[in-house]
Amino acid sequence: MCLGIPGKVLSIKDDVAEVDFGGVRRHVSLLLCPEVKVGDYVLVHVGFAITKLEEEEAQETLRLLEEYLGREEFD
Amino acid sequence: MEERNLIEAIRALHDGQIRLMEVCGTHTVSISRSGIRGILPKGLELLSGPGCPVCVTPQEEIKQAMDLAREKDTLLLTFGDLMRVPTKHGSFETLKAEGADIRVIFSPFDAIRIAEENPGKKVVFFSVGFETTAPAVAATIVEAKKRGLKNLFFLSAHKLIPPALRALLEGRRVLIDGFILPGHVSVIIGKEPYEFIPQEFGIPCVITGFETHDILEGILMLLKQIREKRAEVQIQYKRAVRPEGNPRARTLMEEVFAERDSRWRGLGLIPLSGFGLRENFKEMDARVAFDLEEPEPIPDPPNCKCAEVLQGLLKPPECPLFGKGCTPQRPVGPCMVSSEGSCAAYYRYGDFHAG
Repeated sequence: MCLGIPGKVLSIKDDVAEVDFGGVRRHVSLLLCPEVKVGDYVLVHVGFAITKLEEEEAQETLRLLEEYLGREEFD
Repeated sequence: MEERNLIEAIRALHDGQIRLMEVCGTHTVSISRSGIRGILPKGLELLSGPGCPVCVTPQEEIKQAMDLAREKDTLLLTFGDLMRVPTKHGSFETLKAEGADIRVIFSPFDAIRIAEENPGKKVVFFSVGFETTAPAVAATIVEAKKRGLKNLFFLSAHKLIPPALRALLEGRRVLIDGFILPGHVSVIIGKEPYEFIPQEFGIPCVITGFETHDILEGILMLLKQIREKRAEVQIQYKRAVRPEGNPRARTLMEEVFAERDSRWRGLGLIPLSGFGLRENFKEMDARVAFDLEEPEPIPDPPNCKCAEVLQGLLKPPECPLFGKGCTPQRPVGPCMVSSEGSCAAYYRYGDFHAG
């Protein structure tokens, strides 16, 4: 039930955004995320944006992996 | 590639018997679907926790909502996952078939529209869910008050994750070496409400996302804390979770809801683990408007092991009813009903690994 679906904000009118979920467009309330702007990616739960998504921090994962796979003691 | 590397790193870092609990039902589904359990090294176990809102809603709370739905001129709204949960007294689905006006909504905001379209009816929204869902309901309640709606009421069965984790740990029935903490609950509450887990119980925690690589990375971060004998709350799911959570959502939740003692299926009565409406919104509180008393607990059906499954004491296939008397088509307990129930997840994906 805690499912969150990511989508891209296409337009905003008052507290409601039109959000694109991979081709399907839905209206989403921005009452919980008033700072969201057109072009942002948001995570949507039961019709409400609950957070703005940041760029995937892929660097972080790579760093973790290097740390483990690079160390001889774990090989 | 990346996932293979993560698995390799997990294998390299794992040592001995380690039990991690994934708290959230969405994690359970993701783990079963991806088959992660089957590829983990021997001795590294994943247990499912009490993180499916539908599963932890006790029968008596559902019955209370069903009783309201039976009343004349009442229209009951709820989330779809609850419709088929069986109680000793039937389900919402069977009651609807008998003629009660029960409707499924996808967003709490739909309740406002339905109340406006049905001025002659008392519209009651039976709402369940954790901190992920509560702010959306809070925003709806504030909006309903602003619009002066006189025929919309809220029966809140909302529950809170941190008090349930405390109850689980204080119960000491299950030994846990690390928590894979829920990603979307944490989007709202941030990391602070979990700090008691490492501080008081010395158990590492990682707030984790829902993709396969997220979960593998969360497991890796937990193993690293365990190996280094550290215990802290870390965030793996950084693209969505800020340390402080969502302050706007938290403020709204705080404005509308007050903590109350709440009964959980499997865990029993947990102090201050639920949300009721504050005094300021009492005209919309179904408990006040319909003069409801605390419902008497209803015992679970014989042989149903949902209570043990929800505490991580039993894995779904260890229940005598699993796949025999209890299937998603004919569920006995809630863990087999909800799409996020651990029994349903294990059953659907044939995830019978002992772990």
